[in-house]
Amino acid sequence: MSLKLPNPIRPAFDKGGTDSAVIVNIGPSHPATHGTIQIVAELDGERVVRTDVHCGYLHRGFEKECESHTWHNLIPYVDRLNYCSALINDFAYCEAVEKLMDIEITPRCRHLRTLLSEYSRIADHLTCIAAALMELGAMTAFLYLVTIRDYIYEHLAALTGARVTYSYGRIGGLANDVPEGWLKRLGEILDEMDTFTGRVHGLVDRNRIFIDRTRDVGVLGTAEAINWGFTGPILRSTGAARDLRKDTPYLSYAELDFEVPVGIKGDNYDRYYVRMREIDESAHMIRQLVDMLEPGPINVDDRRCVFPEKTLVYNEIESLINHFKLVMEGPQVPPGEVYSAQEGANGELGFYVVSVGGGVPWKVHCRSPSFVHMGGVHRMLDGYQLADIVPTFGSVNMIGGECDR
Amino acid sequence: MTAGSSERRPSAAFEYLTTRKDEFVGWARKFSLFPYPFVTACCAMEFMSVSSTLYDTDRFGAALPRFTPRQSDLLMVVGTVTHKQAPILLKVYEQMCEPKWVIAFGVCATSGGFYQNYAALPGIDKIIPVDLYIPGCPPRPEMVIDGIMKLQDRIAGDRHAIINEKF
Amino acid sequence: MAEEATVAHGTLVLLIEPARLLEVVRTLKDTLGFDMFLDVTAVDWPERNPRFDVVWHFYSTRQHVRVRIKARVPERDPTVDSLIGLYGSARYMERECHDMYGIVFRGNDDLRPILLYEGFEGHPLRKDYPKQKEQPLVPYRASEARK
Repeated sequence: MSLKLPNPIRPAFDKGGTDSAVIVNIGPSHPATHGTIQIVAELDGERVVRTDVHCGYLHRGFEKECESHTWHNLIPYVDRLNYCSALINDFAYCEAVEKLMDIEITPRCRHLRTLLSEYSRIADHLTCIAAALMELGAMTAFLYLVTIRDYIYEHLAALTGARVTYSYGRIGGLANDVPEGWLKRLGEILDEMDTFTGRVHGLVDRNRIFIDRTRDVGVLGTAEAINWGFTGPILRSTGAARDLRKDTPYLSYAELDFEVPVGIKGDNYDRYYVRMREIDESAHMIRQLVDMLEPGPINVDDRRCVFPEKTLVYNEIESLINHFKLVMEGPQVPPGEVYSAQEGANGELGFYVVSVGGGVPWKVHCRSPSFVHMGGVHRMLDGYQLADIVPTFGSVNMIGGECDR
Repeated sequence: MTAGSSERRPSAAFEYLTTRKDEFVGWARKFSLFPYPFVTACCAMEFMSVSSTLYDTDRFGAALPRFTPRQSDLLMVVGTVTHKQAPILLKVYEQMCEPKWVIAFGVCATSGGFYQNYAALPGIDKIIPVDLYIPGCPPRPEMVIDGIMKLQDRIAGDRHAIINEKF
Repeated sequence: MAEEATVAHGTLVLLIEPARLLEVVRTLKDTLGFDMFLDVTAVDWPERNPRFDVVWHFYSTRQHVRVRIKARVPERDPTVDSLIGLYGSARYMERECHDMYGIVFRGNDDLRPILLYEGFEGHPLRKDYPKQKEQPLVPYRASEARK
């Protein structure tokens, strides 16, 4: 059957600069492009001369959906942005709306949100490193790290009810408190994770093949990184100790003792190592937070956005009407706009929210780190070998849901 | 069988052999699935989990992914397919050889999920035929395994026209 | 420098004339140290003329401070200057803003669709684009049964 299918993109170049140049299309259904990125590369032998990176194959209309759902109803959409660390998206969005409503969350909620953000960050880094190593052929490291990630998913399912996309954050607090025995299991998982990451370090860190494939590959300098908008582990791997958790502390980060790991050269090896060290730092932060958790309410006592207790809803007319209005019309957020950013697993995850009063947002825009990184990734791909595209792309940790929204 | 009819019914012995052959081919095919993971979105996390140690698809013979459609027979569409991605999905499907099966993994591939807007394709069965739908956002690995087992039952029960009376 | 300066929830917001954008951004970058360009997006106010608010966010990695710049552009000529000469990251973000709202960035020669696809007509995040108006690239199959 002969198919004439339309081409959804227009590449920037379709002829090479020299006679020996070959234009190659990588993706968008390709194992190394982590989902849905298309790279049109001009090759001179094995060397990549220039690349044209196309994203947008997972554009699901998140911002348009947000304009027709209430502030609460769009929390599941927000979850599916960076689906590897979904809780961070929840909390970043809820924080933006809480700023608009001038709500200050309770201390227990703040500590729990910090703990779960770090836990999600661990899951994201585990996924990124596991996928990157698997593409280089290190299948054992992938299986070790994904096993730990699976334990984390089951553990979070005990708390939130879901394994991957939780919808756990609420405006003004959280959906529910931690169950019995959850913190004990948390300690066990962190200990087991230390063992497994120790094994991965042993397999990979001084491995000749790994070093040859990742050292001095995909090098990025600090000034260039800032010019092209890189944040998060990529910027830190170039040597700049920029971390929103330290620079503009939010949640409970000001009270925690942690380091910001930085790299030396900005190459793939540094990005791998920065992520591994960040996993250790996150585990350290979680252990501190478990000690800092005090009993108390997790939801702020604000009738504008927090659902009343179910027993009150069934017995009191005021609570019933409150519940009804929150579900049907949504929490009434005062008019205004805010840009609130948190340190996501990939960098600065910002939400620019515009409200005109009422229960439905006027605009919700997500400043996603992966999208900005896609704009600059050609700086790390041009000039290297074709086979280097695989580890470089793996180290950038492009998450499709976040990139294309 | 009436005298003078132009159709010749195959003998009972021949039917016995072909059903045994169908069972054998069905057994071989169902335990050597080569999935093509057409991975797009969040369901990829559950796909990675179901392929790994805790919920192993290797037990079903479906562990080895083939990243070229020419060598695979099970197209697992994992995650949302947008209109931009639709031509690529159709191209990959058409490049696969018979016999081929399609799993719609996750509710976005089944029906578009909760992305009912201008961007997402409301279900991949709008452009390619689907054999198995696994709902869930994302589905638990146990559901995926259940789905693969159901697909294996269907593959085992298929008639396989490799040897028939003309061959 | 600005028409109006306000503080919204802890962030300084400058409302400027679209023609003065490059001058203001250059001052922000060279003199005030806002070395990271975070985001450009637009807000659609269909009942108002000028219809669109184009919004830029900048961050200073040394002073850890953010600033927001807004400019109003009308519907019949939604053009602003492009920042690709100052920040490399502006390239993709301006393409997205053009895709979604139709804002034209003068100076950015590469305004191909980035989140949408070739052949998509319209700008979906405008308030008058119906959410469910699909423009399929591949025609749908006649029947949904297996083969």
